[in-house]
Amino acid sequence: MNSPAKRGNPDDTFAKLMRVHAWVRAGRPAYRHKDLGIWRTWSWAEVYQEVRALARGFSTLGLKKGDRIAVAGANRPRLYWSIAAAQMIGAVPVPIYADSVADEIAAVLEHAGASMIVAQDQEQVDKALSILDRLPSVAKIIYDEPRGLADYDDARLVSLDELMATAKAELADPRVAKWLDDVIDAGQGGDPSVMLYTSGTTGRSKGVVLSAERCIAAARDTVAFDNLTDRDEALAYLPLAWVGDHYLNYAQGMVAGFCLACPESPATAAEDLREIGPTFHFAPPRVFESLLTRVMIRMEDASPLKRKLFHHFLGVARRWGERIVNREPVPLLARLHYALGEFLIYAPLKNALGFSRVRVAYTAGEAIGSDLFAFYRSLGLNLKQLYGQTEAFLYVTAQADGAVRSDTVGPPAPNVQLRIAADGEVQFKSPGMFVGYFNEPDKTAEALTADGFIKTGDAGFFEPDGQLKIVDRAKDVGKLADGQMFAPKYIENKLKFFADIREAVAIGDGRGFVSVMLNIELTSVGAWAERNGVSYASYQELAGHERVAKLIERHVDAVNKSLSNEPAMAGAQIKRFLILPKELDADDGELTRTQKVRRSFIADRYAPLVEGLYNGAAEAAISAEITYEDGRKGKLEGKSRIYELAPYPMSERSRAA
Amino acid sequence: MSETTPDVLLSLENVSLAFGGVRAISDVSFDIRRGEIRAIIGPNGAGKTSMLNVINGFYTPQLGRITFNGQPRSRMRPSEAARQGIARTFQNVALFKGMTTLDNIMTGRNLKMSRNLFWQALRHGPALAEEIEHRKVCEEIIDFLEIEAIRKTPVGKLPYGLQKRVELGRALAMEPKLLLLDEPMAGMNREEKEDMSRFIVEANRRLGATIALIEHDIGVVMDLSDRVVVLEYGRKIADDVPDVVKSDPKVIAAYLGVSH
Repeated sequence: MNSPAKRGNPDDTFAKLMRVHAWVRAGRPAYRHKDLGIWRTWSWAEVYQEVRALARGFSTLGLKKGDRIAVAGANRPRLYWSIAAAQMIGAVPVPIYADSVADEIAAVLEHAGASMIVAQDQEQVDKALSILDRLPSVAKIIYDEPRGLADYDDARLVSLDELMATAKAELADPRVAKWLDDVIDAGQGGDPSVMLYTSGTTGRSKGVVLSAERCIAAARDTVAFDNLTDRDEALAYLPLAWVGDHYLNYAQGMVAGFCLACPESPATAAEDLREIGPTFHFAPPRVFESLLTRVMIRMEDASPLKRKLFHHFLGVARRWGERIVNREPVPLLARLHYALGEFLIYAPLKNALGFSRVRVAYTAGEAIGSDLFAFYRSLGLNLKQLYGQTEAFLYVTAQADGAVRSDTVGPPAPNVQLRIAADGEVQFKSPGMFVGYFNEPDKTAEALTADGFIKTGDAGFFEPDGQLKIVDRAKDVGKLADGQMFAPKYIENKLKFFADIREAVAIGDGRGFVSVMLNIELTSVGAWAERNGVSYASYQELAGHERVAKLIERHVDAVNKSLSNEPAMAGAQIKRFLILPKELDADDGELTRTQKVRRSFIADRYAPLVEGLYNGAAEAAISAEITYEDGRKGKLEGKSRIYELAPYPMSERSRAA
Repeated sequence: MSETTPDVLLSLENVSLAFGGVRAISDVSFDIRRGEIRAIIGPNGAGKTSMLNVINGFYTPQLGRITFNGQPRSRMRPSEAARQGIARTFQNVALFKGMTTLDNIMTGRNLKMSRNLFWQALRHGPALAEEIEHRKVCEEIIDFLEIEAIRKTPVGKLPYGLQKRVELGRALAMEPKLLLLDEPMAGMNREEKEDMSRFIVEANRRLGATIALIEHDIGVVMDLSDRVVVLEYGRKIADDVPDVVKSDPKVIAAYLGVSH
């Protein structure tokens, strides 16, 4: 192997990066995989040889520069190496979600025009074989795990083991080795490096083409941002085809030279996490939430002494933990108290969760509850938020150590240009931004502004401290008559934060002010009614009660106060509200099956109430014949009193901004 | 069909078993060939489990000849049967509930360990090397049965379907010549049954285990087995490939409960 320094190449492709690692940190662990109960480790030097063998193998099968090769399966070293090997010879890997059904895979393969598939196991091979008739472009299926495939006699099947063995023998010939070295040198940073398909929640999924130099540039920035080095380690348990895995694990691992550990199976990931003890970790909010739930349930079964200790020290952590993590000044006694908690509770708990060695942890994808976020941070876990997109090759914003909030996603990541368009949409230019959607120039053009910024489709604004706050999907965000931004979901979420409020529907697009229609939460308001001697016979009666309205009014007022502190939102305070006489219900089509309010549907059905909110009436009645979705007809009757609040003046802080 | 045919692993000739005055098995003959999946079916009380107990030496029949692996046998204990290479699972799971999945499967290797208990307890020198060798076999079985996630879970905490899988694992760990499965799918839902069927077929095809199984789910039996023997009131009423057995009027009558 030649020294990369001697060759004098810029490291603008992953193959070149890998060659550097094989030289500079030859003996450092690069990949681990638990197989048959034992962790096996490959050094960078070994991985480089494996990838070279794969690259040679793919090439002998006919894979050429620019060809697409699909990679389907779980997080296995050899699948990551297949990705690297394809990149080495200039082909474009297309990772596929392991749990995709055959039709979804067929759609992606057809669109990508893939000529080969690397399949992890029999399951993936079966899926591939079932759709091959529709895919004339696919010439080979290369399988990693031979189990169950002994009887298969399709001529297109190739064993990865055999392919690599042959290729290794060939590479012993210096001429073949030289050929491969030349191929690596010929790789250009501007060449497509990988194609990642979007999840397709908003329409058919699109193939996002990313170039090597941009991938590497983005990863370099974030590796420096979080001080990742070749001493770090991550567990690769996120789907191979998701931008998060390809970025956080594969690309950052390649740039920093850190070690990627692959779990034994998806079911063992939690245990493998504990055994590996990663230093860099990512998990979506729901994973953190389910972990916390599990801890709490198990603590309920613990002995009274342990339970008491646990809750006591959780209290200490809540009070001081975040400030200690943020390196703020904390009294000495509190520090000692926290240290005792670390010894007795926090450290053992983090160990049980596999977080003992975590230096940097991220969460993203959806809003994380502030309590949930604070719980992990107060234990001393450096949990941060980022905001990203496949089109950006992940990072758009990221929180820096010590400047972390639960309700924002951080300032722009290094070298990212971020702006808020006139309509409130977040737009960015980033080092890792995509080259385009594969074979869809019209879609690419749609996603970009005239001056080359990517439209995220999300609406947001900057907080005074420079952190970005995402409020809603841009298409749901409207404007009040005076031009003030109106983000209904943002206001609704603030209201629903109160346990007494079950649902909220914010109205205001094109109107003079914001008003809301509310559902009370029967369990908590009912308990309140019991304590306060308010008697009621039904939801409707409780909802119409004067004292309940006063209770709710205080909550709405609190929301207004919090809105007044936000420069972008201060003008969207709630002026009038009413409590709906009926609970919104998915059976009546008022909510989706995932319990999201169907705003326009509700606005139509409750039109007389909406009218009352805006014509100054003190009360509005509704009496309408309604047709339920199953065809039954019913009569909706009731009336609601309408309450008016005085808005808060825009605070000093928000005026200044 | 006799024991002289080389591909016959086990043959039973005119076997009769009685408990006091109750005849559990009357004059039954059949054989099990190497590498096949052989099903024993029949209504409740037909003598299926008794037949399994005869095969693994738990019961000694009063009459008849049994030949296993070319050797005629008369009276033997189950432990000898195990040593000769007959493993079984039970109708009701019989595992060590307090032990982990891995340890339970390791017990299946015990007969293969040459060091005595003293050395095993010491876990040193040759005994340790031997344990590593056996652990490897067990890990392959864990991989085969896809139970990595419960490797270190005490089996008492596992749901029933998984316990059945662990029991199969322990039987496979013996690398048996003949594997007896007593209602491997009893009490399972459809998905668990499909999984278990897959493991049985794979154990047969890939690991080359000869399998005799008792099962009530006729659909499963007909899919899985190469040949089926049907018992009723301790007598053999049919013995053939599934397609023939399925349409045999005697079998249909026995299952529908028609008197004759």
